[in-house]
Amino acid sequence: MKEYRRPMPVAWWLRRRPYTFFMLRELTSLLIAVYALVLLLLVRSLARGPDAYQAFLEVLRSPAAIAFHVVALAAAVYHSVTWFRLAPMAVALRVGGRRLPAPAVVAANYAAWALVSLAVAWLLLRS
Amino acid sequence: MAEPAITLEIFRYQPESGAAPAFQSYEVPYREDWVVLDAINHIKDTLDGSLAYRWSCRMGVCGSCGMMINGVPKLSCATFLKEYSPGPIRVEPLDHFPVARDLVIVMDDFMHKLPGVRPWIVREDPPPEGTEYRQTPAELDRFKQFSMCINCMLCYAACPIYGLKPEFVGPAAVALAQRYNQDSRDRGSEARREVLGGHHGIWDCTLVGECTTVCPADVDPAGAIQQAKLSEALARVTDLLTPWGRR
Repeated sequence: MKEYRRPMPVAWWLRRRPYTFFMLRELTSLLIAVYALVLLLLVRSLARGPDAYQAFLEVLRSPAAIAFHVVALAAAVYHSVTWFRLAPMAVALRVGGRRLPAPAVVAANYAAWALVSLAVAWLLLRS
Repeated sequence: MAEPAITLEIFRYQPESGAAPAFQSYEVPYREDWVVLDAINHIKDTLDGSLAYRWSCRMGVCGSCGMMINGVPKLSCATFLKEYSPGPIRVEPLDHFPVARDLVIVMDDFMHKLPGVRPWIVREDPPPEGTEYRQTPAELDRFKQFSMCINCMLCYAACPIYGLKPEFVGPAAVALAQRYNQDSRDRGSEARREVLGGHHGIWDCTLVGECTTVCPADVDPAGAIQQAKLSEALARVTDLLTPWGRR
């Protein structure tokens, strides 16, 4: 007997909200990739000497560059927060015979984030 | 006063007719204590005997009656009409599976994949003589959740990765593999790595997480896959650092 196979619609991720949020999370990585590229270009301008570096800093001060950084920051925060929320799924640590509760795993991620942020802030602001 | 009613739009596919699949509407009595399966049984008994679907226990144990209800995979025996009042309710066969007829899916793909993850206790040495393998409640607790799977296929219907890439071993198969990997009596985790860590194993999963959301038995297949990823990553690092230890 002939089976009927239903094609997967191209816009499958618009059909239900959880899929849309998933795709949004995946798309944030594009912005983060572009941000990494900007960082690499910054390093390249530094290697090319003070004039090139100053010229690049001017580019970064443009409204378009600032707008991009705001959007990229929002994407990075969305990406991080959604992954922290999912972290307890992967971490099945057992303490005293019981599985570590999910809020503890999430809290540990936020604590690590805060620590790394503080370390970076200290590096940048100590001079 | 007329009895309140609700409309069900049911996906129909009759392979012998040659007609394209279409939705057929049925008006059924609306009762607060009816689940969607009650309404479909009512259609089969009194309105249209040609409707094909699977069901058995009516209590969320057998895993036969999974359907897409308004686009979400659900057990039709555990989904009340009143959640969708005033309707209509759209009922389709589970997504991502070929349809044999009406609401009946073909699940051969899963049946072929399942033995690949060796969902049984793998051990070469004979069991202890005159007794049985002992297990503490804590050891049981490590895998019990994953053992609750009823093979209802809702997680496959919820997984867009499986829809896009049918080769993916899929949520329930990984959950069942983890059920044995976490069992203190089992010695088969190395043998299961071939499929789990292989080309269409756990690394195909990008953690949409809907498999866990729709699971009617609280198995958490998404968790099982992520935990398997962690174990596989650690095992690969170990292989790399101790090549002589690899079998």
